[in-house]
Amino acid sequence: MDLTAIIIIAVSAAILNNFVLINFVGICPFIGVSRRVDMAFGMGCAVTFVITIAATLSWFFTYFFLQQGAPWATAIYQQFTGDVNAVSDLTILSYIIYIFVIASSVQFVEMVVRKFYPPLYKSFGVFLPLITTNCAILFACLEIMKHVSGEPVEAAKWGILPSLTLAFFGGVGFTIAIVLMAGLREELELCDVPKSLKGAGITLLIAGILAMAFLGFTGMKSTLEGEAKTQEAGKFEPDKVLSSPKLAWPVDKKTN
Amino acid sequence: MASDGPTPLERFINGILPENPVYRQLLGMCPVLAVTNSMQNAITMAGAVMFVLICANILISLIRGLLKPHLRILVFTLTIATFVTIADRVLAAYMYETSKSLGPFIPLIIVNCLIICRCEVCSSKQGIVTSISDAIGQSLGFGIGLASMAMVRELLATGGLFGTEWIWYGDNEKYRWSLMGLPPGAFFTLGILLGLVNWLTAKKKTN
Repeated sequence: MDLTAIIIIAVSAAILNNFVLINFVGICPFIGVSRRVDMAFGMGCAVTFVITIAATLSWFFTYFFLQQGAPWATAIYQQFTGDVNAVSDLTILSYIIYIFVIASSVQFVEMVVRKFYPPLYKSFGVFLPLITTNCAILFACLEIMKHVSGEPVEAAKWGILPSLTLAFFGGVGFTIAIVLMAGLREELELCDVPKSLKGAGITLLIAGILAMAFLGFTGMKSTLEGEAKTQEAGKFEPDKVLSSPKLAWPVDKKTN
Repeated sequence: MASDGPTPLERFINGILPENPVYRQLLGMCPVLAVTNSMQNAITMAGAVMFVLICANILISLIRGLLKPHLRILVFTLTIATFVTIADRVLAAYMYETSKSLGPFIPLIIVNCLIICRCEVCSSKQGIVTSISDAIGQSLGFGIGLASMAMVRELLATGGLFGTEWIWYGDNEKYRWSLMGLPPGAFFTLGILLGLVNWLTAKKKTN
C-alpha cells in the first residue's frame, strides 16, 4: 500500500469516520468521563494505547489463524488430518478471540504501567479496567477483521501497516472528541441548564452539535478520494446517504 | 439456595420503567444511538439483545457458585461472546439485509454494558427464575427505549415506519428532516427524550 492510501485511512479514521461522533462507539466513556479536560485526555491516551496493542494482536490472529485459508492454522490442520488440500476456516471463533485479546492486553498494559511507570499509572490507571468494555477497541478489531477475512482477494487484504494506522488514528479521533466534549462541559458548569436536562441530557445535545460539525468534514472525503481511489476505513458514508433518493436533502422543485 | 433480594416479579417490572436501561440507567448507549435510524433495525437489535441477555443470564445463574471474583468479568464476556456469535450467525443466515445494515453492532453486543451489568447485579447472585424474569424485563425495557427512539427518528427522517412511506408520501418531500437519519439526529433525539422522561418523572414525584 502506498503512502496516500495510508494517509487517507488515517484522516478517515480520525476525523471523517470519527469513532465517537459518526460511528457511535465508545459513547459510555464519552458521557461518563468527560467532566474535566485532564481526565478526558488521560482516558483518550489510555484508549489509544490499548487500541493499538489490541489491534496489532487481533490483526496477527486474524491473518495467521482465523481467516479462511489462514497460513498457520491451515498448516496445523493439514498436519492433523493428513489431507494436503484441507483449508481451515476459524472465522466463527473471531469474536471470542478478540474479546480475549482485548481483556488480556488491558490486563497486561495495566501490569506493565504499574510496574515501570508509576506516575503514568497514577494518572490513567483508574481508567484501564473500564477499557475492556469500551466498544471502540472491539470496533477497531472488527473493522480490521472486515478488511482481512472479509476480503476474498489476497492482494486487497490489509497488512499490518493499514491496520495499525486505523487503530492508532481511531484512538486519536476518540481523544479529539472526548477532549472537545470535556472542554465544552467545563464551560457549561457556569451555565443555567434546565433541571431535567442536567448531566447526560445536555451532554447528548452538545454531542449532536459536535457531530453536525464533524459531518461537515464529509466534503473533504470526496476530495481525498478524487486524488486516490482507495477503500475507506469506515462503513458510514454520509455523502452517499445524503444523495440517496430516500434521504435526499429537501429541494424545492419549483425553484429548480 | 434461598435467593434474597428482589423477587422475580419486582425484577421484571423494574426493568421496564423504574430502571429502564436506556432512559434511567444509561446503559448500552452505543446501539441505542447507532441502530435507531430505522424501526426494522431497532427491533432486530432488541431481539438479539433479548436472546443474548436471557441465555447469558441463565448460564451465569447456573454457574454462579463456581465464579471466582477476580475472573468473573472475563467469564461474563466469554459467555456473552459465545451467544453473540450464535445470534450473529442466525441473523446472517435468515435476515441478511438487516444484519448487513446493523453492521458491527451485532458483535458489539459483547461489550454492551447492559448485559455485563445484569450478569453482575442479578444473575451472579440470584436464582434462575429471578434471572430469567430480570432478563426479560430488562430487554423489554431496552426494546421500548430503542423502539421509541427509532419511531421518532424514522418518522422525522423518512416520513414512515418499517421502510414504508405511508404518512408524508409523494410530493411533500420537503417535510423530510434528513438530519434525523444521520448521526447528529441520534444525539438530539436521545437528549430530548431523556430530558422529557426526567421532566415527567420529576413532575410525577411532586404531585
